Amino acid sequence: MPGTYVPTDYLPVLVFLIIALGFGLGALLFGFLLRPRRPYAEKLSPYESGMLPEGEPRQKFTVRYYIIAILFVVFDVEAVFMYPWAVAFNKIGLYAFVEMMLFILILAVGYIYAWRKDAFVWD
Amino acid sequence: MTLANLRPMAPELILIALGLVLLMLDLICRKKEMLAIVTLIGAILAFYFIKGSHGGLFDGMFIADLYSNFFKTVFIINLLLSTLISVKYLDTERALHGEYYALLVFATVGMMTMASAGNLIVLYLGLELMSLSIYVLCGFLRNNIKSTESAIKYFLLGAFSTAILLYAISLLYGSTGSTDFNKIANAVAVMGAGAALKPLLLFSVALFVTAVGFKIAAVPFHMWSPDVYEGAPTSVTAFMSVGPKAAGFAIIGKIFFVAIFGLHVEWVKLLIPISVATMITGNVLAISQTNIKRMLAYSSIAHAGYALLGILTADGDGLTAAMNYMLIYMFMNVGAFAVVIMLRTEDFAGDELKDYLGLAKTHPLAAFLMMIFMFSLTGIPPTAGFIGKFYIFTALIHSGQLKLAVAGVLISVISAFFYLRVVMYMYMKDPEVETPVSDSLYLKVALAISVVMVIVIGVFPGKFIEFAKASLILQ
Repeated sequence: MPGTYVPTDYLPVLVFLIIALGFGLGALLFGFLLRPRRPYAEKLSPYESGMLPEGEPRQKFTVRYYIIAILFVVFDVEAVFMYPWAVAFNKIGLYAFVEMMLFILILAVGYIYAWRKDAFVWD
Repeated sequence: MTLANLRPMAPELILIALGLVLLMLDLICRKKEMLAIVTLIGAILAFYFIKGSHGGLFDGMFIADLYSNFFKTVFIINLLLSTLISVKYLDTERALHGEYYALLVFATVGMMTMASAGNLIVLYLGLELMSLSIYVLCGFLRNNIKSTESAIKYFLLGAFSTAILLYAISLLYGSTGSTDFNKIANAVAVMGAGAALKPLLLFSVALFVTAVGFKIAAVPFHMWSPDVYEGAPTSVTAFMSVGPKAAGFAIIGKIFFVAIFGLHVEWVKLLIPISVATMITGNVLAISQTNIKRMLAYSSIAHAGYALLGILTADGDGLTAAMNYMLIYMFMNVGAFAVVIMLRTEDFAGDELKDYLGLAKTHPLAAFLMMIFMFSLTGIPPTAGFIGKFYIFTALIHSGQLKLAVAGVLISVISAFFYLRVVMYMYMKDPEVETPVSDSLYLKVALAISVVMVIVIGVFPGKFIEFAKASLILQ
């Protein structure tokens, strides 16, 4: 059919997906067939040698966890971008240096803002 | 690549820098009025740089052309007017936080990015920047339960509509193999008549109509807007009843008129009932409102319906008329909200219809300005609202949609009832309570700009129509 778009570039992704699925399911099936099965109450509890779970999992958490998580994501992503930049630094030169400085500057604004607004204070 | 190569996105870069500066200034500056002044200066600077912005950047992902510059003009004027009406209002509401202006600026950058997108991904990026900033702005009065409710409602429904947009984008990408608007257009053109037979493409068109319909608050995707508009701080309501709506029309131009124009028979079929239902629902439900913010919310739904009429001609004239309508709508709507804000003073909410009783006797100037804006929203000459509707209906008639034009005119007669009721309350009744008004200089400047523009566009529309016409990408 004319104009029909066939995404051939994605064939390796499809193959990879099938292999991943097969590997995961295969390993589970393999274990299921081979392993001995001797269940008892203690073994079936959620944390075999941990504390007994208590109450509902849907409790109120303090909103501070959320802020910490967001701050973590921001700086984690920053590090992810900086690593390849640092590795390729002597090939990409001054322009990339200025670009990275701008990127850090923008994140620094967020950092200073969070700092001054006491986002790092845990009370 | 040097800094000079980035000239096409200079207005956006200036505004991003402005947003960052505002965040830092907020930490050191005690007098929050300073932040408003910095916002105004920065926005005027960005406005000045719109004019010379031409060309594509980043392999055509970002395109500054006359079309996007038209919308950027609208967005920045909207930012300026919203900043002006906010200064005193925030003080009255005890919500003087510096983040407010930074969020307004970031939301405007998002809208500008949407108007400049050459690619579905960039469009999505701009949409998210705009939406996330506005979700926060809606809930800006943290101790006010209605404001918080409005933010939650807008966030939940907004996130849902964004998901629908992403689904539409993925289907369009899946069936055409590109996220670039021009490449999608080519792919659709190659399919020819076969395109309309592809279920995936059609599904994607329907999802685009849904997602964009949410952003411009078209029926049946309008449910959020009255509650959100009523609960949000009034200055934010003014900002968001114009900004995201104009941005919605900007991306309609990009998606419907460029990327999937080959399917225009299909999307026009969907838009005809939507636009008629939007006009009827907005106008009829506005009649029963007693809160002026809610009334203006329903009126803003109805106006999206009129502007959609221009879109469904699927030709350049109609798109010009819709763009022009957005420009006009901005001045008259922000003007009306500025009057509502004027009535908000210490200990007095001033957003009920009965607060307008006899306003002409106590505050003749405020009443006169409100009357002009109400006339303009109704579409009575010589105000700008008349010109906006006139060009929409002319474009409809030229494209042969006579029935829709007649329906539009008839439905807009209904709107006269509730707009003119405000005028009647102000001029023909006696005041029940003493309504105080605010005396902010900033607010007065915003009102002066809006009223002058409403009259000037109404009397000399030629220049503005030419401006919109010259901005069109497809001729």
